[in-house]
Formats: sequence, C-alpha cells, structure tokens
Amino acid sequence: MDLRIKNVRKDFDLTPALHDVSLDIASGELVALVGPSGSGKTTLLRLIAGLEQPNAGTVYFGQDDASRLSVQDRQVGFVFQHYALFKHMTVLQNVGFGLTVRPRGKRPTAREINERARSLIELVQLAGFEDRYPSQLSGGQRQRVALARAMAIEPKVLLLDEPFGALDAQVRKDLRRWLRELHDVTGHTTVFVTHDQEEAMELADRVVVMSRGRIEQVGAPDAIYDTPASAFVHRFIGESVELPVYIEGGMIRLDGIAIPLSAADEPDGPAALVFRPYDVAIDEVDRATYPGIAATVVASRWHGRGRRLELAVGAGGHSMEIDLPPDVAPPVDSTLSVWPTRWTLYRPSGASLSHPTPAAAASMVSPIQQMAVAQ
Amino acid sequence: MATTHAAPAGWWFRRPSIIPGFGLTFGFAVTYLALIVLIPLSGLVIRSADLGLAEFWRLASDPRTIAALRVSFGTAFVAAAINVVFGVVVAWVLVRYRFPGRRLVDALVDLPFALPTAVAGIALASLYAPNGWIGAPAAALGLKIAFTPLGIVIALVFVGLPFVVRTVQPVMEEIDREVEEAAATLGASRLATLARVLLPGLAPAILTGFALALARGVGEYGSVIFIAGNIPYVSEIAPLLVVIRLEEFNTAAATAIGAMMLAIAFALLFLINLLQAWSRRRYGHG
Repeated sequence: MDLRIKNVRKDFDLTPALHDVSLDIASGELVALVGPSGSGKTTLLRLIAGLEQPNAGTVYFGQDDASRLSVQDRQVGFVFQHYALFKHMTVLQNVGFGLTVRPRGKRPTAREINERARSLIELVQLAGFEDRYPSQLSGGQRQRVALARAMAIEPKVLLLDEPFGALDAQVRKDLRRWLRELHDVTGHTTVFVTHDQEEAMELADRVVVMSRGRIEQVGAPDAIYDTPASAFVHRFIGESVELPVYIEGGMIRLDGIAIPLSAADEPDGPAALVFRPYDVAIDEVDRATYPGIAATVVASRWHGRGRRLELAVGAGGHSMEIDLPPDVAPPVDSTLSVWPTRWTLYRPSGASLSHPTPAAAASMVSPIQQMAVAQ
Repeated sequence: MATTHAAPAGWWFRRPSIIPGFGLTFGFAVTYLALIVLIPLSGLVIRSADLGLAEFWRLASDPRTIAALRVSFGTAFVAAAINVVFGVVVAWVLVRYRFPGRRLVDALVDLPFALPTAVAGIALASLYAPNGWIGAPAAALGLKIAFTPLGIVIALVFVGLPFVVRTVQPVMEEIDREVEEAAATLGASRLATLARVLLPGLAPAILTGFALALARGVGEYGSVIFIAGNIPYVSEIAPLLVVIRLEEFNTAAATAIGAMMLAIAFALLFLINLLQAWSRRRYGHG
C-alpha cells in the first residue's frame, strides 16, 4: 500500500517537533528515516502509526485518509526498539495476539491463528521456540518475534523504530541483511527509523534525511551520498571535511589567504567549504611553489587501504582529516599543499544568522552551488 | 510472609555465592524471626497443646466460636476482594494521570494506616448508623449497614485499602508504555489490552496486596467492634470473642480460638504464597 504524508505538523507542548512535513512512499518500498536524535524521525513514524496525532496535516494510506482512523483500525505493524513483547505470553501467543483480539466476526479460528503464527515464526527462523517466553530469548530473537507479531496482522505498512538499536554490532549486521531479504520476499511497504546513517544507506531503497523537524533530503542512497542537498546532509551522511571560508570578488579565502578554487559570480561573504576526506589532491612541496591550502601533518594513521592524515590548517587553528592512497606517506610535521578535487560551497542563510546558537550554528548554511572542479 | 524463591537444586543448602556474609545475616534473620514472631506464637501453640486434644476440640467447635471465625474470615475475604478491585483503580489513577492534587490523594491513601483504628471505627459507625449521613438514606432503601456483617466489611475495606494500592502501585509504574502501544497497533481495544496484557503482569502484585489486606482484615479489632454491633452468631468477630473469653477469665477458650485463627491464617497465607509462586512462573518473571 502506498503512503502519503501531506503537510504534517506536530508540536509537543508548543515546541515544534515536525514542521510541515510531506513525503510520498510507494507501495513495497523500503524507506529509512535517518537523522540525529531530536530530528523528528520517530515522531513522524509514530504519526504514521497513529500513536501520535498531528496538529495539522493528513496521512493517507492509499486513497484513504488514515488520520481519521484510530491506532487499532490503521492496521500497521509496529516494531519497537525495545521489542515490547508481552512477557507473560509464549512466542506463539505473542505472534498470534493481533489475530486473537480481532472482533468475533473477523477473527480467524483458533486453528487458523495457530497455523498462521507458526508459519510466521518459521519465516523469522524461530521454529522450535514457539513455547519459550520472551525472557528466555536473546535480543536478536526477541526482535524477530516482534517482527513476526507485527506481520501477523497483515499490516498495510510495516513501521520499525530503531529496530536494531538495542542489539550488539554483529547481530545488528546479520539482522540488517536478513531484514532486507525478508522485505524482498514479503514486499511490505516498510518505513524504519535509525540514527545510524550506515544502516540507512545499506538497507533502504530510499533514504529520508531529517534534521530539526524538517526533511532535508529524500533520495536513493547513492544520490544522497553524491549530491547532498545541504551542508547538514553532507556532514551527516558519510565523512566530510568542513572549512570556514570567505568569498571576496570570486576568490575563496581561508584565513585571508586565497586558495586555488574559484567561486565566480558569488556575492561576497562567509561560506562553508565542504568536501569528502578522499576527494583531495596533495603536493609535498612548500605552498610557495604550489598554491594549495597550506597544512602541517599532525598525525598519520595506516588503515590498510590507505593512510589517514590529521592536518593542522592555516593560521586559524583549523584541522581536517584526509585520506591518502597507500603509496603516499608524508612524514609528521612536514608541510603539505592540499586542495579538494570535488567540493561544495554552502552559504549561511540570513535568517538563521540572527540566532547564532552553538548547536544550530553547525547547520546554518544553505547550498548555493555544487561545484566539481576538474583538475 | 517472606517472598518465596525457588529452592536451590540438589542437596545444596545454599548455592555458592560471591556475596559474603551469608552465615552472619542468615543467623541474624533466624534469631530475629524467632524472637519477634516464632516465640510468641509458639507460646500460643504450647498453651493450647496443654488443653489436650479432646478439650481443644470441644472449645474450638463451640458454635459461637465457629460463627465468629466464619464472620472474621468471611468479611475479611470479601473486603480484600473489594479492595483488590478499587485499590487497583486507585493505583491506576495515581500512576497514570497527572492532575492537580495528585500528591494529596496519594497521601490520603495512607491515612487508614496512620489513624487509630478506634477513631476510624467510631467515625464509620456514626456515618453508617441508621441515623447517619450514609446510613439514613440506605435505611430508607431498606438496607441496614451498621451493626451487620456488611458494616464489618466496610470497616475492613477502609483499613485494607492502602495494602493493595501500595503493593500494586510500584509494579504498575514499571509497566512499559510501549507494551500498551504494541497491543494497540495490533488492534487490541483498551479493554482487551487491560485484560490480556496489563492485568496478567500485575497478577503477582495484586495477589500480594490481597494477602496483606486479608491478613490485616482477619486481625482487625479496633475499627470493627464499633460498627459491627457484635451480635453473637451474626456480627461477632473472632478477635472480639477472644477478648470476651479473657474477660470471663476463660483463658482456655481464648487460647483455643487464637490457635484456630493462627492455623487458618497460616494455611491461607501459605496457599496465597503458592499461588504467587505459580503466577510468577506463569507470567515469566525471571
């Protein structure tokens, strides 16, 4: 079933949690809502489920206005981070619960419920555990029971709130891959929330990046990674280096010194220069002979596929980390000339500049242009 | 009325533990329980053993004694059952909702603990007497409350309420909100969630509250004698009969009634403890 969220707004005690969010999700899609804590991703998920009511806006399941339906009537499968299993029920009873509480007319017979629960338990690879209680299962097993329980009600959409958040790294990775396979088999429209960008990128068909109650960008993982729509996305998805620069007459200056990148037609003013750690070129010569960004090597770390350098940049006390291919190994304390080969300039938006709080300052920039400079 | 734990398997008296001090604390616990609980109660048993079996049986099977025991345990049982229902509701309101005066209501719950029982008894008696505020309208409807077993039940409901509320409240606070939300997303109505998800989890705590309220009700004296009317065979409670026999210098009969009460109370509490152990296992704690 496809899912449309239209102009949804949600306030908690007058603090806005979501500002006018709209999102379309196609039937059968696996979508990740990703963002830091407080970005509104869980609120959005709970709004879809009906566990929260929006202050404004509508949620459509197909053509139906789901906002009018109660949680019970929405028929969503919801999986909680901490499983929320019924601890006094066995695995079998947990999975069958949603069917046993149906009103008499729509309730399958006890035999059908039993069969359906058993087949779902098999699907989540827990055959043989039917009569165990949740306290007798590991975290990963509990989460699979929760998933089977959610799927038992033939949900229109499957909603997962940080489903792997409470699990250790290895189990997490296995479950992630397994969930992807399961999705490909069952084809449920699925939305899951995570704060782990790697998880979102690996698992989802489309990624929705959220920050401070707004959707920053929606797109396929590759597109999000390669063409971030904002400094926030650039910073949040994958690694990035960020340097505060000043634009003056089409020249980009770092600590007053021009660097060999051009921003022609850009109005004067401050900006953030952002690039990936590996999108750089270096020259092991003094900046007098090659006019890159002058940087001193502070530390050098080998990680198998190459070398990560920690650099001190310019007079402003900035630092950055860059990745170099295996064959280059500048010694510590040597001076390098560094310049990005692919970079983006983000300009601060005038509106946010008037409220410069430390936390907000980081994302106070909006994209002006995406530039790829050919060597 | 200690909580029962699963006995260690095999012949181990205790399982090896990293926590030191078992000998010291166990010795202290046994000595203390002996001094405070066991010695006084065994005094009662020894005295009634002095009577001889035939004499004990004659005294214990006295119709007035049997009637008094029936009134005592019957009313205590009914009152504890009523307290379970309304105590759970009170605990629910205190745990789940934030309203002005919540702390005040919370404190009010403990009042029956603190009030001298005689004061409570007199207040209840005047309230429920045929000319009292509640007694009068009830009498007009043909319902006599004070000076009947119904009056005793009301007094016992009053003194027993805090036991249920205070045992259920902390467990209720521990209930995970997400469990209820999960039930809702699975299509369970509020009623179904309550009956199928919430109450089973609370069952052990509710049983404890019931046991405490029952025990208190059986032993209650002060608040009951004023409202009961104390009519032999009708509304005379066993503790009062003990006092009456003592005033008649009939210590033998008093001892026999005391021993009977002890035996029945112990059997009941033991049964409830077994039930609790079962429900703990059933509802998967641990």
